[in-house]
Amino acid sequence: MSMTKMHIRVNVNGVEREGDVQARLLLVHFIREVLGLTGTHIGCDTSNCGACTVVLGGKAVKSCTLFAVQANGKKLLTVEGLAKEGKLHPIQEGFWEKHGLQCGFCTPGMIMAAYHLLQKNPNPTEEEIRRGISGNLCRCTGYVKIVESVQYAAEKMRVQEAQVAAR
Amino acid sequence: MTAQAPIIHGMGHAVKRKEDPRFIQGRGNYVDDVNLPGMLYLDIVRSPYAHARITSINVEKAKALPGVAAVITGKDLEPLGLAWIPTLMNDKQMVLPTEKVVYQYQEVVGVVAEDRYVAADAVPLVEVEYEPLPVVADPREALKQGATVVRPDKGSNLAYHWEAGDKGATESLFRDADVVAREEFYYPRLHVSYMETVGCVAHYDAISGKLTLWMTTQAPHAVRTVASLVTKIPENKIRIISPDIGGGFGGKVYVYPGYIVAAVASILTGKPVKWINDRSDDQPSTAFGRDCYMTAEVAAKKDGTMLALRVKTIGDHGAFFGDANPSKFPFGLFSICTGSYDFKSAFVEVDGAHTNKPPGGITYRCSFRVTEAVYAVERIVDVLAHKLGIDPAQLRIKNFIAPDKFPYKSALGWTYDSGNYLPALRKAMEKVGYEQLRKEQEEKRKRGELMGIGISSFTEIVGAGPAHTFDILGLKMFDSCEIRIHPTGKAIARFGTKAQGQGHETTFAQIIAEELGIPIDDITVEEGDTDTCPYGLGTYASRSTPTAGAAGAMASRKIREKARKIAAHLLEAREEDLVWEPGKFYVRGSPGKAKTIQEIAFAAYTNYPPDVEAGLEAVDYYNPPNMTYPFGSYICVVDIDKGTGEAKIRRFMAVDDCGNRINPLIVDGQIHGALAMGFGTAMLEEIKYDENGNVFGANFMDYLIPTAVETPKWETDQTVTPSPHHPLGAKGVGESATVGSPAAFVNAVVDALAHLGVTHIDMPLNPWKIRKILRDNGIQAE
Repeated sequence: MSMTKMHIRVNVNGVEREGDVQARLLLVHFIREVLGLTGTHIGCDTSNCGACTVVLGGKAVKSCTLFAVQANGKKLLTVEGLAKEGKLHPIQEGFWEKHGLQCGFCTPGMIMAAYHLLQKNPNPTEEEIRRGISGNLCRCTGYVKIVESVQYAAEKMRVQEAQVAAR
Repeated sequence: MTAQAPIIHGMGHAVKRKEDPRFIQGRGNYVDDVNLPGMLYLDIVRSPYAHARITSINVEKAKALPGVAAVITGKDLEPLGLAWIPTLMNDKQMVLPTEKVVYQYQEVVGVVAEDRYVAADAVPLVEVEYEPLPVVADPREALKQGATVVRPDKGSNLAYHWEAGDKGATESLFRDADVVAREEFYYPRLHVSYMETVGCVAHYDAISGKLTLWMTTQAPHAVRTVASLVTKIPENKIRIISPDIGGGFGGKVYVYPGYIVAAVASILTGKPVKWINDRSDDQPSTAFGRDCYMTAEVAAKKDGTMLALRVKTIGDHGAFFGDANPSKFPFGLFSICTGSYDFKSAFVEVDGAHTNKPPGGITYRCSFRVTEAVYAVERIVDVLAHKLGIDPAQLRIKNFIAPDKFPYKSALGWTYDSGNYLPALRKAMEKVGYEQLRKEQEEKRKRGELMGIGISSFTEIVGAGPAHTFDILGLKMFDSCEIRIHPTGKAIARFGTKAQGQGHETTFAQIIAEELGIPIDDITVEEGDTDTCPYGLGTYASRSTPTAGAAGAMASRKIREKARKIAAHLLEAREEDLVWEPGKFYVRGSPGKAKTIQEIAFAAYTNYPPDVEAGLEAVDYYNPPNMTYPFGSYICVVDIDKGTGEAKIRRFMAVDDCGNRINPLIVDGQIHGALAMGFGTAMLEEIKYDENGNVFGANFMDYLIPTAVETPKWETDQTVTPSPHHPLGAKGVGESATVGSPAAFVNAVVDALAHLGVTHIDMPLNPWKIRKILRDNGIQAE
């Protein structure tokens, strides 16, 4: 059993965090148990469900499928890092407005997948949204309201973008 | 100008959910988020065999691994009386085996270590030797003479035989009928696949002698009582906390071995112990849904008048009869299978079988076997329609229970509270353009293209239930609400139920807001802590609004009556001269002479009448007088790809009638989610076993639950037929679409292929099954 510890340094939601971790520690356990950020969830053990989705180095990844050491030197964004100064991110707002969640367990991963999608494609079609979240399973909502939540967010983010550009 | 009064948001408001801010910010508190100092982790050694004698268990190597705190076997549980525990159906189930295993992935040994990685390391170090035994994995085989007996303590594999209805009258109608339609249906074994697997944190405090269990349970109070009776730990020394739950759908009603082993481990080690089931362990070992073979027959006249229904079923219950059913109903409420139709007579019988498969039986958003019943009747009605050459919509319309017959006594003895089926079907037909679609289908058929239209006009039965009929292990199936109004007019309300995504913190607040005129933001709703909440039977089978929701209304009304006394005192008026309008009492004829509920609340602690107790609170234990009978009509339109056999859902129109809607947004969400589950059932999901009891579909690689890509874009609408006996006219809704929709999908696909002589295809309707039918009929892509 390898108990080798490695030193890592990760920028987590804008804050530099560092520590010694076992080489085999999964990124999701690092996030949940070392950093104490329990918004990132574990729903399966085969990389199918996406409940553990976070944005690492600008890309949506399933944090159950990476080791913590692979995040060394990178920027990590979790659901806890989205709201700024007490103000919800438009994607969070969209999920609340459009009833995009029920039990809430898939929600953080779904939101992070949507975040990555909207970074790449600020004006997605319905089909592009459905493909963009197809790595994230939800058992409660039937997806239609999640799609509407992402559309709400996309619209709001485009308006905000335009306002910033106009200033 | 006065400040604008806050919006009360009572019944019928599509208000945003109160629980959402924590979930969208990652601040939910699910069981795996509970962390206590010094906490240990439990992992479980599981059986590779479906049926085998255990010849030895050697735990020494596992115990020797640094960081391992305890290893627990069935022999350790035996002296505690915990190697076996009772099931919900008066059977018993193994916690950990002492002699043999009876299904693959069965829990065999518990390993407890200082972190989850070490616990997982220790699992393969436990050496278990097995001597394989013959396996029976098919319930039809299990009931034959000479089959391997799964449970020698029971003598045979027959768990029970159950029947309902008038056999003689039904047979006579069948004898004299012009036509009989008959079909055999297998309803596959499913798993609910909640996104959060089951788990717990057990914490035994040796000083107080109190055991606290944070656990994924939909029925915390019942768990506490049963735990106390089994362990002899006094009931006041057991506290069950259901924190946020990541979906339940019936699968979290059950008591799983992991909970018990974690509790024992905490008592033995003196430390808190966490157990979170791995997905690939959860899927094959926790409660399944469905898994039954049904032969349905309907007797009818040539003109399509349906006379009688007969259904014979073999149900697979696995090794232990542990369905989460009301005690008097071994196959749940299957006798609702006469559905929306005015049958003269009906007869159903069920043989329950034991096999080498895990127990369970009631899951899936959630339904006491109503899903199977509705599937049987809605499929056989379509089979009859095709046989008679009558349009399936017209056949349904001809046989619907007429609206003036409610309350309606069904042929199998249920009294439907209210219903009006035709408007719901008509609305669905208009919305999809049914007549046009039939024309399109005819034209396409001429061109060799395949499209189908499937209808399901289901009737549900939810809200268990009246105490005279419904109990679980003797506990009557009432539910409860306790409301306390604070001096400043804010409130806390606690319920005996426990939401797993249904939004009770919002809808229950809306019920109280409606009744008391207190804004929902001023009402805190709590559930799921047995130390603080009033006793209730929990949330499953769409029972929360019919029972606990009603209790919320009744408790509010008790508070209102006390408030009237206080208001009379404050206004120096007679009680009978006071008029209530939401949020205040005023003196009849003088609307200006009024006291708000907030003023009354303050007076309840500061200036109450001398003959009245201080405080403003009430409790209600609500025993519903009847079940509620939601219904609806669904229409599915499907196009079949001749090349791949894929059945592509073009449209799915769902018209639901669940009585008065408390929060239309939440009701819509419930229906959408249940439709997606019905879609998964019809098109994708199945857990299969080979003849050696090896499971297929045991994880998310092999068990396909719908993603956003293939899930249809749901269309919903409503009719409103209030329940006459529920205080708010509401019915339940959570399971309606899971119950109603599978038949619509299957009816649509069979309809697309009916001209080829196809009368039935078993779910899931995956492309290869359909492609095979096309190939056998010489059909291929151009």
